[in-house]
Amino acid sequence: MANIVTGIGTSHVPSVGAVIDNNKEQDPYWKPLFDGYQPARDWIQDNMPDVAIVVYNDHASAFGLNLIPTFTLGVAEEFPPADEGYGPRKVPTAVGDPDLAWHLAESLILDEFDMTIANEMSVDHGCTVPLSIMFDKPEQWPCKIIPLCVNVIQYPPPTGKRCFDLGKAIRKAVEAYDKDIKVAIFGTGGMSHQLQGERAGLVNAEFDQSFLDRLTTDPVGLTKIPHVEYMREAGSEGIELVMWLIMRGAMGDEATETYKFYHVPASNTGAGLIVLEDGSQK
Amino acid sequence: MNREYRDIPGTYVMDGQHCRKGYHLNMFCMSLNKAENRDEFRKDEAAYLEKFKLTDEQKKAVLERDWLGMLRLGGNIYYTFKLAIFDGRSMQFVGGAMSDVTEEEFRQMMIAGGRPVEGNRSKKEQEQSNG
Repeated sequence: MANIVTGIGTSHVPSVGAVIDNNKEQDPYWKPLFDGYQPARDWIQDNMPDVAIVVYNDHASAFGLNLIPTFTLGVAEEFPPADEGYGPRKVPTAVGDPDLAWHLAESLILDEFDMTIANEMSVDHGCTVPLSIMFDKPEQWPCKIIPLCVNVIQYPPPTGKRCFDLGKAIRKAVEAYDKDIKVAIFGTGGMSHQLQGERAGLVNAEFDQSFLDRLTTDPVGLTKIPHVEYMREAGSEGIELVMWLIMRGAMGDEATETYKFYHVPASNTGAGLIVLEDGSQK
Repeated sequence: MNREYRDIPGTYVMDGQHCRKGYHLNMFCMSLNKAENRDEFRKDEAAYLEKFKLTDEQKKAVLERDWLGMLRLGGNIYYTFKLAIFDGRSMQFVGGAMSDVTEEEFRQMMIAGGRPVEGNRSKKEQEQSNG
């Protein structure tokens, strides 16, 4: 039987990808962020999953406004990095796991989560930056990747509760998969930030730190945060945090916190990182 | 439908109404994902814009790089930022342009912890405190 053993929550700030690509991690501006990432990078080397489900949002790269699916599961053999306007990032093409991905798609739809299925999809910084944060610069990503893309750009995104429930359904589906593999799930985006308008630059460290704490102590409470509260308190783009709740739902009731880190600023963003483990496996 | 978010100051929420208004503007921006389109836009910006059904106001905002104007005309930052990428501009530059400070001032604000949420939560609250 397969198990979800690891949950990672992380921001997916594009400039963090650029810093890694250009070897600028030791610049004074970026060093504190990368020092904070290091323990999680070390930890995952000793706890490598076979497959990572990466929950993220596309930023007008693979999806435009012509078609706006709420949840899209990538079932392809591989997912090339997208050209977001600078040319594609020079990172490995993510190798998929079509067998598990199709199992997930079928299980989730029959479990009443109406997933969109993507047989061809490029992945932008939303997916590749979290991989770089955890795995640095390998020739190939060290595990298979299943992208799960969530609409958070067109209002309304799915509610926090819907995301949490989807996570729970993912856990159930993974546990019903017949291969004996270890699965990690990444919830990415956020934390507090606002990129747009006269209020651009908003960061709310108090909100972010409370969110990080409550991921282990009060996840159900987090599912009750309405969209307007994310936008008001954590900035209009802080609403990306609903994606962390898919990860959290997939970690089950027994999740324990292994590592947590928070830093302001990464570009225009409050940057958080959390590592959760499945306590029921211990 | 509850539109409580319209009370948040300096924020242009991409709801259905906003999407309808800015659809072609945003899709023009997204077209810059393709290298051949970037080349064509670089050659003659105004001519390239004719391929999209933008209003005259939207065209003017694009040509003048009126970052806030584009949002008011239906733009969404994830899309309009494609134009900033085309220009080689950073998110701090665009953030500064939209909030009326220089890129450096914006960068310093971020280093100091970002724009505080205190006083920036609600238009109603701001009006009350301004008497």
